[in-house]
Amino acid sequence: MKELRVKISGFGGQGIILSSYIVGKAASIFDGKNASMTQAYGPEARGGACSSQVVISPQEVDYPLVDETEILIAMSQEGYDKFLHILLEDGILLYDSDLVTNLQSHKNFKAKKIPATRIAEELGKKIVANIVMLGFATAQAKIASPEAMKQAIIGSVPAKFKDLNIKAFDYGYNYKGE
Amino acid sequence: MRISDMHGEFFLQGNYACAEAAISAGCRFFGAYPITPASEIAERMSYRLPQLDGVFVQFEDEIASMASILGASWAGVKSMTATSGPGISLMLENIGLGMMMETPCVVVNVQRGSPSTGLPTSWGQSDMMQARWGSHGDYGSIALCPKSPQEYFDLTIKAFNFSEKYRLPVFIMADAVVGHMTEKVVIPPSEELELIERKYTNKKGDQYKPYECCDDEFVPDFAKAGDGHLYHSTGLTHNEKGYPDMSVETHIKLVNRLINKIRDNSEEIILLEKRDIDDADVIVISYGITSRTVIPAIEKAKKKGIKIGYLRLITVWPFPEKLILELSKKVAGFVVAELNMGQVALEVDRCAKYCTTKWLPHPGGGMHSQSEIIKAIEEVAHAK
Repeated sequence: MKELRVKISGFGGQGIILSSYIVGKAASIFDGKNASMTQAYGPEARGGACSSQVVISPQEVDYPLVDETEILIAMSQEGYDKFLHILLEDGILLYDSDLVTNLQSHKNFKAKKIPATRIAEELGKKIVANIVMLGFATAQAKIASPEAMKQAIIGSVPAKFKDLNIKAFDYGYNYKGE
Repeated sequence: MRISDMHGEFFLQGNYACAEAAISAGCRFFGAYPITPASEIAERMSYRLPQLDGVFVQFEDEIASMASILGASWAGVKSMTATSGPGISLMLENIGLGMMMETPCVVVNVQRGSPSTGLPTSWGQSDMMQARWGSHGDYGSIALCPKSPQEYFDLTIKAFNFSEKYRLPVFIMADAVVGHMTEKVVIPPSEELELIERKYTNKKGDQYKPYECCDDEFVPDFAKAGDGHLYHSTGLTHNEKGYPDMSVETHIKLVNRLINKIRDNSEEIILLEKRDIDDADVIVISYGITSRTVIPAIEKAKKKGIKIGYLRLITVWPFPEKLILELSKKVAGFVVAELNMGQVALEVDRCAKYCTTKWLPHPGGGMHSQSEIIKAIEEVAHAK
């Protein structure tokens, strides 16, 4: 396996940084690989553009930033518009189909969509939209093993919301994308 | 697991790793004013220190923060502050006082784009000279540059050890990428860490002279406030008793000692990572986050048949002057990549008397492109 880069974009408050943290923790602590997670945000926090990134590798990660990526997760139109150009040919795009509606050509890569935020609302809390998306990404893009992802989620969310988050992950994992 | 014994494998942000290392090193006082991208250190210390009967204080500003860690250190407590470039600018007066009073403590600078308030949420390495010459006057300085959360942990331990051993404020020069980067960090059990504690005096009462050194030693023994010693300490030029003494002889002796306690021990303090430097034609010098971003370019340039060495400055101050001079006799030149406009390149240039030094400046907020690094390496190789 060579390096796998995952770029996650959205806006502050969606758990974009937590998402990368969970992916990185799953890969490095529970899957036995190396992972380097970095983040970018503006001076404003909630509502502003936000992105995070993880580089996963069997070797030590030298270059920790993501200038081009194998996997792009877009949780907002702005995030989609801003980072689509760094997605490599044969890469995988995963996006929230209710939040990203103004689409460009997807012919050079695989594109999979899921209404993650709507599903999260139906499950009881909009805040788990990122976890729905992580479940979907685990199944569709094999970013980490589902067992490792679940362990990382359990250690990263408040104990009383553990069940809801695992439910959200499973829903995304089993969702048949188009 | 007791909270004080936090050890094992963690997926940990760099700034948290720094805070945990401080705790492992025995730091029990932290005084700071929050600032991006260093705030997570204060955040973590604010709930970790009270668990360990330590003290966290958020002060009204950086001037007071720096003063507070000097005071804590004089009370015999290991202490630390953390800020970014704008905060260091405010702390410099008291950093100089710490140098003059020979006060062990650790100052973390998570560098962001500058000058002034610059790029609050983005990175830079442009405070390197500030760590060397920021406060007025001549004094020896120690600055360590971590490249990863794990090394941030390890170097924070080292920073405390150096500060205790040589009695001065020691700088950790991190940057916004390493500060906010999350990677696996292995924290050893505290009993496995090698910790150095300051040397306390055996002398009683008025037998003790706070700035008295034996002939072959540069660092005076310490006595903490409240232990019954008669002592005085001041930012004014002082004699062995710590009293102000404006004589030229005393001034020469004191300033030389402040410099020589670092210079004469620089071999122990200078930490480097060297790869393939022995038969290199070109050596790329970098530190901190830049030492990782240059690697893909070096690998590509090697494929073009150029013999490239890699020299990473883990310790930037004191500077490895002798090594650069020796290497300059053997190589075509150095390429110095850094996220400032040539602060360390100028030092390399000063020491590299027999070869060229190619500056690769970048003001921060972004990274060098691979193509510009390769181009610089080729230029130096072909000029041979």
